[in-house]
Amino acid sequence: LSATPETPREDGRPEWDNKLQYILSCIGFAVGLGNVWRFPYLCQIHGGGAFLIPYFIALLFEGIPLLHLELALGQCLRKGSIGAWNTISPYLGGVGIGSWMVSVLVSLYYNTVLTWVMWYFINSFQEPLPWSVCPLNENRTGFNEECYESTSVNYFWYRKTLNITPDIAESGTLQWWLILCLATCWAIVYLCTIRGIETTGKAIYVTATFPYLVLTIFLIQGLTLPGATEGLIYLFTPNLNTLKNPRVWLDAATQIFFSLSLAFGGLIAFASYNPTKNDCEKDAVTVAIVNSMTSLYASIPVFSVLGFKATTAYWDCLDRNIINIINEFDLPEESIMRQNYTSWISFLNSSYPEKIAGLKLKSCDLQEFLDQSVSGTGLAFIVFTQAIILMPGSQAWAILFFIMLFSLGLSSMFGNIEGVFTPLLELQIIPKSAPKELLSGIICLISFLIALCFTLGSGSYWIDIFDRYAGSVPLLVIAFFEVIGVMYIYKIKRFSKDVEWMTGRKLNLYWQITWRFISPMLLLIVFMAFVTLQMQKPPSYTAWNPKYEGFPMKEEKVYPPWVQAICVLLAALPCVCVPLAALFHLAKQKHRSKDSSFVPTEVFSCQGANS
Amino acid sequence: YAWDANEEYLFKAMVAFAMRRYSSRSSTQISNVLLCNVTDRVSFWFVVTDSSKNVTTVPGSEVEAAIRMNRNRINSAFLLSDKTLQFLKITSTLSPPVEPSTPVWLIVFGVVLCLIVAGIVFLIVSGIQKHKKKNKESTEGENLEEKVEVTLENGIPCEALDLKTGHVNGVFAADDERFTSL
Repeated sequence: LSATPETPREDGRPEWDNKLQYILSCIGFAVGLGNVWRFPYLCQIHGGGAFLIPYFIALLFEGIPLLHLELALGQCLRKGSIGAWNTISPYLGGVGIGSWMVSVLVSLYYNTVLTWVMWYFINSFQEPLPWSVCPLNENRTGFNEECYESTSVNYFWYRKTLNITPDIAESGTLQWWLILCLATCWAIVYLCTIRGIETTGKAIYVTATFPYLVLTIFLIQGLTLPGATEGLIYLFTPNLNTLKNPRVWLDAATQIFFSLSLAFGGLIAFASYNPTKNDCEKDAVTVAIVNSMTSLYASIPVFSVLGFKATTAYWDCLDRNIINIINEFDLPEESIMRQNYTSWISFLNSSYPEKIAGLKLKSCDLQEFLDQSVSGTGLAFIVFTQAIILMPGSQAWAILFFIMLFSLGLSSMFGNIEGVFTPLLELQIIPKSAPKELLSGIICLISFLIALCFTLGSGSYWIDIFDRYAGSVPLLVIAFFEVIGVMYIYKIKRFSKDVEWMTGRKLNLYWQITWRFISPMLLLIVFMAFVTLQMQKPPSYTAWNPKYEGFPMKEEKVYPPWVQAICVLLAALPCVCVPLAALFHLAKQKHRSKDSSFVPTEVFSCQGANS
Repeated sequence: YAWDANEEYLFKAMVAFAMRRYSSRSSTQISNVLLCNVTDRVSFWFVVTDSSKNVTTVPGSEVEAAIRMNRNRINSAFLLSDKTLQFLKITSTLSPPVEPSTPVWLIVFGVVLCLIVAGIVFLIVSGIQKHKKKNKESTEGENLEEKVEVTLENGIPCEALDLKTGHVNGVFAADDERFTSL
């Protein structure tokens, strides 16, 4: 008879210091670079405010249910992704392995993006900013040709940072400056994840909250810039006609799905360190809403700055035309201003049409400048850096901006690494006596060595491939199997009893309906639409080729067959784990049933695990 | 400032100065510089005549070279720059951007890397220390565990009795004498 007081953590599993660490970690994982550079772009090209309608519908029927499912799963089973799925059903162990693999692939290339951010950050301390001026050519009579034809910002990105090759087949050499930055980034990741959630829990206080501070600063600054209001109006003016295009709905669904970082196994890992009597329903709703609000909040400064940039480009265009006209007609200085430019043009066109035609004036249209929409790395490293040059005190803005991007990406990296680290820790790859620091060190070292390929000249093309193929289709497949597995193999009755035990109240009808029917159906539709769209044309990419006739436009090229094979491999490998693991287990069961003893598998339940 | 005859005079003086410096023609006077076709835009043509050889103009290439050599002096005389004071057909030699001996980014990179390595070393060392302390404690703890079990076997944990602050009951303490010694 023992009267020992009940110890809450008999399995010796590490735990969060407080609830706030857990929530911040989930928010930090979900809020990443995509909230800043993908969501505003989608808003812009899909009819501004009208995009919010499919976005919120997708959030309601796909995002929140799947998020709640993952958090509840991790909290109940108290294991990482591989262990959790093995516990649910040995036939579903492949789901865990698949999500572990995706986490590995994504960690590799995501940290390289952070390497670029770090490179820009350490270059922001220079006065003047190195991407604001073109370097001179050899005999110092003019600017470097590649820089002169495109812009100094483009040149700094494509030549000085990436040193990009004109074709993916040409690998180029390893760029030593990128290797240094990559080593630094992996060292930072190692520093923060060295003891698992013990250390990331402390780091997340800074990395998850700092971006909001910087976004607010940029918001205030952005709204005071000239042309900001044009950018915001352009962004938010709803164009309801776009809703007829199914592409918009597909983009909304995929954006919600990838933005919440579902199916990586990282959320399951985070939730597994929770006490079991935790309200996972409230957590899921909180994290999802904060993520969407952050996307909206981030798009305001982004579009103020883009509006400012478009207005400045428009004014530059006008000024160039004005100078040409003044020189041609020998008019006094400041006779033509931006305001009376149109009246002057019409007057001169009527009186001297041949002269005006001879000048070859560029037509300056503000809408055209606003329409130049970019997303992804182009937004951060080309468009935004160009806008920063135009702001007063550009160094401070550049430093702030890149620290913000770095902490956004770092908090997402924590989730990715946790998704890799926790299952490996449970599988006991290293002996139990060895310290955790060794395992995280091994993970970071091996990832650093593999990621060296991304520092080659063709590295950014490869990152695009990984982003498009490893970080998209497999996640949809894994999430689909997650929902189906929990609902129909683990059985909804057991799961709702588990969730009721954890949250302390009955499962709402909304969760039942979305989990059983709506979310799997949505996932299936999105997956099929996504794959059909990809198959419609041969996969191609745009290459930066200074020798191209249309330079500085990027050259459209098709992937060579061996690269296409790698794309298919990247997309298929995590997905194929699911049936393979099931078949493997089936074969093992058949082999085992040939022996005489047959132990029935015990029924697992949340409450049972902890009594 | 407005462009008037005084400014024109200054311009002629600067061109004469440039010619004197370049080709060391000390005889060039302001009167040798002629401006024509002055427009409101403030643009004009100018020629430099050679007073030694009557009514001939100095070749354009020489004038160009002279101006190129003294461009910055001419610019600063008018408080203008290469962009605002344009000489057609004279391209300016661009000055190279200032490059410090060590690129700035290497310095920043070194600082960041040192901080991170210091952090990692600190964490690893503190982890090893904690591990050693835990090992030492666990060997001591094994001895204590048996005692803990003994005190609990009666059903009442001994800590609850708080032996140190107990009262000694005088009535019973004196009763020790009642028991006869065996």
